[in-house]
Amino acid sequence: MRVTHWLTFLAFLALFISGAGIVFSHPRFYWGETGNANTHPLFSLPLPTSRPWVDNGFGTAMPDANGWGRYLHFEAAWVLVLTGLVYVLWGLSKGHFKHHLLPQRGSRTLRAMAQVIAGYLRRAPADNADAHTYNALQRATYLAVIFVLFPMVIWTGLAMSPSFTAAIPATASLLGGRQSARTLHFVITLLLLAFFLVHVIMIALAGFWQRTRSMITGRAPEAKEDA
Amino acid sequence: MNTLSRRKLITGGLAAGAGLTGLAVAARLAKAYGLLPPDAGGIFGPGETLTYAAQRLLTAHAPQRNFPRSMISQNPFAVPIAPPTDAFKRSQALGFKDWRLTVDGMVARPTSFSIADLRSLPIRNQITEVACEEGWSYVAEWIGTPLSEVLHEVGVLPQARYIVYFSIEPGEWESIDMADALHPQTFLTMGMNDGDLPVAFGGPLRLRVPRQLGYKSIKFLQHITVTDSMKKFGQGLGSASPEIGYAWFAGI
Repeated sequence: MRVTHWLTFLAFLALFISGAGIVFSHPRFYWGETGNANTHPLFSLPLPTSRPWVDNGFGTAMPDANGWGRYLHFEAAWVLVLTGLVYVLWGLSKGHFKHHLLPQRGSRTLRAMAQVIAGYLRRAPADNADAHTYNALQRATYLAVIFVLFPMVIWTGLAMSPSFTAAIPATASLLGGRQSARTLHFVITLLLLAFFLVHVIMIALAGFWQRTRSMITGRAPEAKEDA
Repeated sequence: MNTLSRRKLITGGLAAGAGLTGLAVAARLAKAYGLLPPDAGGIFGPGETLTYAAQRLLTAHAPQRNFPRSMISQNPFAVPIAPPTDAFKRSQALGFKDWRLTVDGMVARPTSFSIADLRSLPIRNQITEVACEEGWSYVAEWIGTPLSEVLHEVGVLPQARYIVYFSIEPGEWESIDMADALHPQTFLTMGMNDGDLPVAFGGPLRLRVPRQLGYKSIKFLQHITVTDSMKKFGQGLGSASPEIGYAWFAGI
């Protein structure tokens, strides 16, 4: 099931690149049902745009990415959703979430989390157990990403589909409208990007090639206590 | 050290085989039930097919959200139109009295309608949102006659699968399947917010397809053709949009 990790990585990369490409056509965000170049944005990004009728003061020289961007975004979204389904069903059937991701009894408190953070801040050396399991903070973060951020990013994405919201209006109305959904989609993307960057930094600290090799081959690095 | 056991290899092979067979069966079924979009080829084809098929199975006849009058946008935005052609300007000078919508193709009675003819058909209104693929949107009241009324007038033949529609502006054409063509909110739109449809928003006549993004709602509608195959039109990808890299199905 390491395959699902790398498929998710590829899908996330494709979704992020194509999503950024699409944002360049209208880097203004609104709240509520509607919003356009004639209305006040909630916030707008200091970016050049790919449309002559939207200018945030940085020109309109970006190339149009919405054609291939939208094609790629939705194809990658299918890869993400189908991979995610396989992963979650597998994880539930094997007790993966319960055994490996639910913080261990006794470490579900804020104090335990604070200890983990303090450990990072002290740059305490990782013990060998860390090569085989996750600490409470890692577990809580993974659970939030898997069961909150990814479902929310899919929901807010679907809430922008005119056809899907026709079938299930609550997808948009529960979020406060189409433009709210779009803004939330953007914010959740930033959170996922933050997770991705921290994830990569943590791996780098733990030994990038060793960890990446483990994630590809499935073999935990051998203990080095006799070094 | 060898963690790749024979059992794993066999189960993995079986799973991959089952997956490929499943995909092949799904492609066959999609084709048999008309769930393949005209732009189903190429590297984005699988994604487009999944999107279109899933949407059709889920949303077939769902009505688009109708908003209360209080939600009509005070500042709707229209993408600036290209300088109109001489043919358009001539008709505009006549107050669009000579504007014709010709409907032909797989119909029993090919007909040409004036705006007045269309106004004599049942007139409906809807307060729905225009959503652009760029991300922005607005809500307006749209007044017109359902496309299904005109299709009923001309007698669409049973083998019809797509409605192809053309703007007076060259190169602007789109198509929709029968689910959207016969949808009660797909309007031949002549009015907006209690007035005539302004030229900036596609007047005198625009096809509103409220369950798809704005680019499917072609402005300055002049010609509709009913067909059973998109192969004969343009590059055969369904509309002008896929020819410049945009998806034919714009329900997402």
